[in-house]
Amino acid sequence: MLQARNIVKRFPGVVALDGVDLDVAAGEILAVVGENGAGKSTLMKILAGDLRPDEGELLLDGSPLRLRSPRDAMLAGVSLIHQELSLADNLDVGANILLGREPRSGPFLRRAAARAMACAALKSAGLDIDPDTPVADLGMGSRQLVEIAKALSVNARVLIMDEPTSSLTAMEADRLFETIERLRDQGTAVIYISHRLGEIERLADRVEVLRDGSHVGSLVGAGITRDAIVERMVGRGLDRTQGLRSGIDIEAGSRAPMLEVRGLRTARFPDFPIDLVVQQGEIVAMAGLVGAGRTELLRAIFGIDRPVAGSIRVDGKDVATRHPANAAAAGIAFVPEDRKADGLLLEESTGENMTLPSLAVHARGGVFRRRHQERDAAAGLIRRMDVRPDAPDLVAGGLSGGNQQKVAVGRWVGCEPRVVLLDEPTRGVDVAAKAEIHVLLDRLARDGAAVLAASSEMEELLVVSDRVIVMHDGSIAGELSRHEASEAAIMTLATGGGREGAMSR
Amino acid sequence: MNGAKKILGVFSLLLFTCVATSAMSPYFLTAYNLENLLRRTSLFGVISIGAAFVIIVGGIDLSIGSVVALVGCLLPWMLVEHGVSIWLAVPGVLGLGLVLGLCHGLLVQRLRLQPFIVTLCGLLIYRGLARGITGDQTVGFQNEFKGIRSLVKTRFPLPGFEDFAIPSTLVILAVVSTLAIVFLRFTVWGRHLLATGRNESAARHGGIRTDRYVVLAYVICAGLAGFGGMLFILDVGSAQPADFGNFYELFAIAAAVLGGCSLRGGEGSVIGVIIGAALMQVLQNAITLIDWIPDNIQYAVIGAVIIAGAISDEGFRRIVSRRRLRSP
Repeated sequence: MLQARNIVKRFPGVVALDGVDLDVAAGEILAVVGENGAGKSTLMKILAGDLRPDEGELLLDGSPLRLRSPRDAMLAGVSLIHQELSLADNLDVGANILLGREPRSGPFLRRAAARAMACAALKSAGLDIDPDTPVADLGMGSRQLVEIAKALSVNARVLIMDEPTSSLTAMEADRLFETIERLRDQGTAVIYISHRLGEIERLADRVEVLRDGSHVGSLVGAGITRDAIVERMVGRGLDRTQGLRSGIDIEAGSRAPMLEVRGLRTARFPDFPIDLVVQQGEIVAMAGLVGAGRTELLRAIFGIDRPVAGSIRVDGKDVATRHPANAAAAGIAFVPEDRKADGLLLEESTGENMTLPSLAVHARGGVFRRRHQERDAAAGLIRRMDVRPDAPDLVAGGLSGGNQQKVAVGRWVGCEPRVVLLDEPTRGVDVAAKAEIHVLLDRLARDGAAVLAASSEMEELLVVSDRVIVMHDGSIAGELSRHEASEAAIMTLATGGGREGAMSR
Repeated sequence: MNGAKKILGVFSLLLFTCVATSAMSPYFLTAYNLENLLRRTSLFGVISIGAAFVIIVGGIDLSIGSVVALVGCLLPWMLVEHGVSIWLAVPGVLGLGLVLGLCHGLLVQRLRLQPFIVTLCGLLIYRGLARGITGDQTVGFQNEFKGIRSLVKTRFPLPGFEDFAIPSTLVILAVVSTLAIVFLRFTVWGRHLLATGRNESAARHGGIRTDRYVVLAYVICAGLAGFGGMLFILDVGSAQPADFGNFYELFAIAAAVLGGCSLRGGEGSVIGVIIGAALMQVLQNAITLIDWIPDNIQYAVIGAVIIAGAISDEGFRRIVSRRRLRSP
């Protein structure tokens, strides 16, 4: 139905797309995969009218399609649902669905007609809520479905989804998949972009793989397997992180406790005191559904949100975590979930970002900066983290997601942390960078740090941890050693199944 | 980076204004006028550097003019009307500026009030206090206190120039700006302050006491406004509480923004701010000197120049971000 032919897009100094062909048929789910920087986003922006190609053409039902703006694309029936959702959360659901296309007579909104239109759109998206519900009251999963309803209300025939599940819980994602499958069966063409290969295995009818701006392979039907996708994406098999921690056997109490959390109650879940120990050289992964309290716990340990009660000890010494500065001084490092908002100064250089938390170390008397020493330290960290491109003067915002994340981790490595907290360390990061970050965590632990990482990705939980702590509704639902941990065991605990003894997935 | 380009931009604007004014008024390049310009620029430079600190942490201070008025009126009021010792009055009024800044900072940081609101109320309150305390009567030094007034009245003659001398206020500005540059560019604290303004959350997640830097910026700003208020009153000798320092906050903010401070925070250079302050003074001077510009439209001219500067800056920023967008 929608075809892209020989698309070329050049940016200064780089060819983002080098003659790519892509087509999607009605009633098909097409997954487009590739590492960050492979050209997926550029291609999607071209399909959705955000960017214009330098060469090549788009065809819709065989006739040429010229898109000058996203609005053109929308009217032609091509809707892009962005990774960062673009709903106005001060308005209700109906207003968002019809935004800019409200039925009206003169300046006045025709309320009944608007309501009927919104209801119909919600129904076809499989979302059973009232259009008067404020968007602010909805979870991320429902918001995603509202976005789909919005696209459907413009008669979208091609739906492009960019990482739709990156902030959804497993159950919300399931509901989204059902909706996507139903739309496919009704004849909508869906282009689906994700780093989560499990989803692609489940959903896709066909997979097209991009690498360095070129099309490098297709997979169809039963040929769609995780290993086959990865092999085409990176051009080689990926076995670096398999068994990363298998040589290490840490049992409870076998090493000195590095991080001890006692009776910690967060403001969000004041009724559930948390006790937790991470030993020296140990990597503990924290699993749980979105909203289970993992982020709150990490933030409380680092002193960003003040806990209601509880104590934190690092290497046997009490830490007064009233402010992140106390935590940092005690040797705690924190890599937050949202690296763009909380982790990096995007407008400043990679080098400046790398040395920000450790400036005083390099300064004369702890106050007067020694720039040469800072530069050397930054260059050393950039090499050690394998940040590419390895130019300290480049603006951090220009780096790919994976390299930004390496900077967010690397800036703490310069402080030689004793406790490393990470919240979703590989969200939005491509497969190769993911592996590098896993290797990095392993190295930090081997150097003696205690690592505590919250993650929603099963693979990550299973591959890079010595122990998995599962949280559910604000408390620790259970703990699994590496030998006990499995996808099923984690999900059981995460959905509250440990208590009721039933799996609700 | 682009900071240097911004400074170059405002510097060319200053140069252009100077050349144009000297072409249209023979009086502009006289020694007396230039010296006067230097003196006024130095005074405004001091309060503009204060404004820059607050803008760098992403805030704003609208109370600068009223702090100038309060300090500027209190000093002669204490010295002349109440015979307070200089050694008490001067530290007193300077301390007052710092305390007011501390209040602004704590209200903004601890109670999370908006800086615009806090300092707008400051603008009203301090002006009211200045008028109330003095009974709205003109206060002045009445040809006394020559000693302390020499702080701003001293001229250092330049060998080879007959009528021209370096005003002592320029030396004061040099000291203040050197301290500010050393703080911002050569200390860890300055780096932390800039990082706080750039992205407070990221700085806090990096273990920086962002709360303290925000308060510090307000203390520096009001402290320099108080210091500037003292210099202004020493310079002019007498003041009417109702209009002394009126609009000075806007001149200071405009100088800071012209000089490269982004109201989004995180950016700013002391040199640029001083050039911005100079531009403001030259513009005012030009309006007074050039016959065919009526004096009473001076605010309109200044406003037009600032908006032109902002438009060109925004245009520049767009070109940069477009370039960044195009590169993957």
